[in-house]
Amino acid sequence: MTVAILRWIPMALLAFLIAGCGGSKTTKDPDAIRALVEDRGISSEEMDAIDLAARTRGLDDADPLSHGVLGDPHDADGPLSVRVIYFDYDRSNVREAFRGTIEAHAAYLANNPDVSIALEGHADERGSREYNLALGERRALAVRKQLVLLGASAGQVRAVSYGEERPVTEGHDEGSYAPNRRVEILY
Amino acid sequence: MKISSAYFLPIIVMFTSIATLAQSRELLEIRITQGIESALPIAIVPFDWQADIAPPENVGAIVSANLRRSGRFAPMPAADLPSRPRSFAEINFKDWRLLGMDNLVIGRVKQTGEDRFAVEFRVIDVITAKQLAGFRIPTNAANLRLTAHHISDIIFEAILKMKGAFATRIAYVTVEKFAKKQSHYQLQIADADGHNAHTILESREPLLSPAWSPLGDRLAYVSFEERNSAVYVQNIQTGQRKKVASGRGINSSPAFSPDGRRLALTRSLDGNPDIYLLDLTNGKTRRLTTHPAIDTEARWAPDGRHIVFTSDRGGGPQIYRLAIDGGRPERQTFNMGNYNSRASLSPDGRLMAVVNGGDKGFRIALVDLQNEHFDILTDTRLDESPSFAPNGAMIIYATMGTAGAELAAISVDGRVRQRLALQKGEVREPAWGPIRR
Repeated sequence: MTVAILRWIPMALLAFLIAGCGGSKTTKDPDAIRALVEDRGISSEEMDAIDLAARTRGLDDADPLSHGVLGDPHDADGPLSVRVIYFDYDRSNVREAFRGTIEAHAAYLANNPDVSIALEGHADERGSREYNLALGERRALAVRKQLVLLGASAGQVRAVSYGEERPVTEGHDEGSYAPNRRVEILY
Repeated sequence: MKISSAYFLPIIVMFTSIATLAQSRELLEIRITQGIESALPIAIVPFDWQADIAPPENVGAIVSANLRRSGRFAPMPAADLPSRPRSFAEINFKDWRLLGMDNLVIGRVKQTGEDRFAVEFRVIDVITAKQLAGFRIPTNAANLRLTAHHISDIIFEAILKMKGAFATRIAYVTVEKFAKKQSHYQLQIADADGHNAHTILESREPLLSPAWSPLGDRLAYVSFEERNSAVYVQNIQTGQRKKVASGRGINSSPAFSPDGRRLALTRSLDGNPDIYLLDLTNGKTRRLTTHPAIDTEARWAPDGRHIVFTSDRGGGPQIYRLAIDGGRPERQTFNMGNYNSRASLSPDGRLMAVVNGGDKGFRIALVDLQNEHFDILTDTRLDESPSFAPNGAMIIYATMGTAGAELAAISVDGRVRQRLALQKGEVREPAWGPIRR
């Protein structure tokens, strides 16, 4: 268990470093957005832990899923800290890159039948709002389907769509659009 | 000189109260960005005010501004008028002809009782020295502005032989963004000239898709106030509303049937968005589409027996037409790219405005349903939510301005363009309401 957590500490460190850049929740690299990256200070204990880990552990490329040990979803270090799945324009198929993330969440839900989550589907601003509302739902349902196929029960996962109404970035170019085409996993 | 046709047809104006609505601080400012080069010269003589109170509204000025904003008229500035005739007999036609004025409007507002006025006006063809229209309209102080809009419609139709849309309202959503991703959404209605803006709903959660009832007494819309989309129908006068569709999945895209009794809307009860019909008189719902694709954005044909809607059953989103009593949906958009959505039908059902996506972004395209010919009307990149004026002459839509989301309007021939923006905040989701009686 301890080993599994320690493996993720370098990732968490990276996440905190990204968060430190300008103190904003938004970033141009969608894959770098992680759930616990938000506008809050880091306690000295947390900072010590990170420093200690950074000194004592190098980057470990081992596949975290091979261990099958999944921590608390609120643990910033665990695989469950990845809470956003990104999509291509006008598409709702889940990219292969997010396979591991979805497997991790599905496994956690399967092991914790009392836990339920919401999947919030979103779209970028292009095109009509109502069509995008439908597209956001289709994305949320695509993630839901995979979670259920991988062991979560249907009753644990609620899908909701906000269409293009809640962008994380406000620009009007592809760099701004990519982070908005997403499904957020909310515990 | 004799008056050729002196007909005074009284118009009964409904006395409406909008006291229950909160007046908005924000004015929707409308600027004409492109007019017709051959805009008709017209002289609007300031209306003679014959009452013991100060004029609450300047009727002549409102009419003049309306006609100018239409892009089809070039009203003479009041300061340049060579004379101010108050009756047909006082008109010196030679003067007006020399100035190149094709048409002349004279009028007066007479007090007829406590808070009762009669507005009389005549539209005169200067070339033939004949009256095109003459009316006497009873009104009161609170409705004087609406009366000025009715007068503008009469002048517009008398000269252009085409209905006006001045006595109308538009509904739209304003958004102010604050720190920490908080937003303030307001559903507002305003006169078509941007005045009298009122907020009928405000929320911290997104609002979209306002849709007018045929009589203009109700608005249907989508609100996320319960953390999911839900459709409401709200009475504009009383502010009372009813939640008509909510619960699991999408509840969105409402559209009133031409008789006002039914609502077409989008729901995804089984995980797939489809078009449903809701009978507002008994609450019964009937499913219209069953395809596993996205079906949404239904709009009624004027016959009340067909709808058009957006579906991606062929791959990308395209517009389809469906008889509500059965039959197969027929595609309406061909050879115009792989993204066409959010149709709005002209009041006569012959033209259809859509959001057309292509290499140059998302623009408003106009499709002639008779021959499938289409034109791209706009030249901006993020245009959406087209809505026809009830006279079929203009289309209002949402676009992205330099200071954020704003509205624009364009004539169906592309010759007149207007821009509608708030001084502060963003505005979107326009819906042009019916002619007010």
